[in-house]
Amino acid sequence: MSNPTNRSYTKEHEWVLVEGDVATIGITAYAAEKLGDVVFVDLPKVGTTTTYMKICGEIESTKSVGELYAPLDGEVVEINDVVVSAPETVNSDPFGEGWLIKVKFTSLPELMTAEEYAALTGEG
Amino acid sequence: MPQTPLHAEHARLGASFTDFGGWDMPVRYSSDLAEHEAVRTNAGLFDISHMAEIFIKGEGSATFLDYALVGQASLIENGKAKYSLICNEDGGIIDDLIVYRLEDDSYLVIANAGNREAVVRALKSRATAVGFNGVEDKSDDFALLAIQGPNATKILQSVTDTDLSTLPYYSIGTGTVSGVEAYLCRTGYTGEDGFEVLFSASDAVKVFNALIQAGAVPCGLASRDTLRLEAGMPLYGHELNLDVNPYEAGFAKVVRLERNDFVGSDALQVLSTKTPSRALVGLVGEGKRAARADYPLYADSESTVQIGTITSGALSPTLGYPVAMGYLEADYSEIGNTVSVDIRGTRLPMTIVKLPFYKRSK
Repeated sequence: MSNPTNRSYTKEHEWVLVEGDVATIGITAYAAEKLGDVVFVDLPKVGTTTTYMKICGEIESTKSVGELYAPLDGEVVEINDVVVSAPETVNSDPFGEGWLIKVKFTSLPELMTAEEYAALTGEG
Repeated sequence: MPQTPLHAEHARLGASFTDFGGWDMPVRYSSDLAEHEAVRTNAGLFDISHMAEIFIKGEGSATFLDYALVGQASLIENGKAKYSLICNEDGGIIDDLIVYRLEDDSYLVIANAGNREAVVRALKSRATAVGFNGVEDKSDDFALLAIQGPNATKILQSVTDTDLSTLPYYSIGTGTVSGVEAYLCRTGYTGEDGFEVLFSASDAVKVFNALIQAGAVPCGLASRDTLRLEAGMPLYGHELNLDVNPYEAGFAKVVRLERNDFVGSDALQVLSTKTPSRALVGLVGEGKRAARADYPLYADSESTVQIGTITSGALSPTLGYPVAMGYLEADYSEIGNTVSVDIRGTRLPMTIVKLPFYKRSK
């Protein structure tokens, strides 16, 4: 699956879609594929403060545990209940219905473009 | 990294690969969970050609294996198989094995890929010690496929002339599969009925594709691991290693102590008279968070004194709750006892249960 160009990426395989002062965050198709079938997600509670590149959640597959790194400083304003009750959504639609959290951010760090991220994962 | 003769087929089928026992093996084709379910409800096909095939041939084969392994190979009937262990002088486990008796003076030993060299080295040095000369490592000549699940027999039967109903559980026969000469072994590592089919590596692609066309679902090692875990079967490097003896691992019955002249027998005699200080147990948790290999176990949620360690664990795809195996100090290892596992900083209770977690209905 190609990485949508309307968002930014981290080296820890998160994507960030900015709309106003809120960023929607998920993991990339590449990361979901590497993890295998996601069976459990542990997301931060609404109201939690996130810190750039600090772990704020976990995504577990049958085989392994992936850590969710906060791609920016801010406060969690919404979590995706769909992935909590149906974790497989992370695999089936990582860039869409499988989003994880929304963060109201205070500053926007420099992240990778879709092209830079594709180069990192060898998809480019 | 070595590859099996089916590597290109796996790639063609879209497999992701992982290092297993030093081999580049398919971890999954699409979904671990779908592949797991295919084995529980239909039939899965695993390429396990990385495993080692060692033939023991010639006069004295039975006597030699009785000396080299902790089980008694001489008691296996022709055409039958037995789970066994090869131990060192201290009783530590070098590997776990399946021993098939082909004829009076002919055996097949299947060992784990990662232990191939250690097992071959031990067998050859033990052969030299007793003047036996019939140990042959033929691993590179063979492909090995496992077809497992409730429909495995029906599917395999459609491509072989051998009447599979003549081969009960833990037996071995010969025949052709898709016209290829093969050993047909009614053994496996999934908790389901099925076969392991051993044949010339040069025919691997032909047989693999014939079984897929007959209805078997290609499955990767990720599902193989969750399947064997649910079935309570140990994996070398997790439940078994050189520092584990058969009594701790729950394999007292595999060791035939009534004879006292096999490698490790002196140490195992002593160990057999003592209560093991730790025991391999099955553990079940609540919720969805899996306890995984190397996570520490404690007596309760407050205790900071470690009493054991998880060796394998996953959210069971079949059962829907976390299952794990691990070693616990003997005082805590009673069935029904509840202990506490540290899952990356969170303490969760786990209850000790009898293995296996999953047993197929017959």
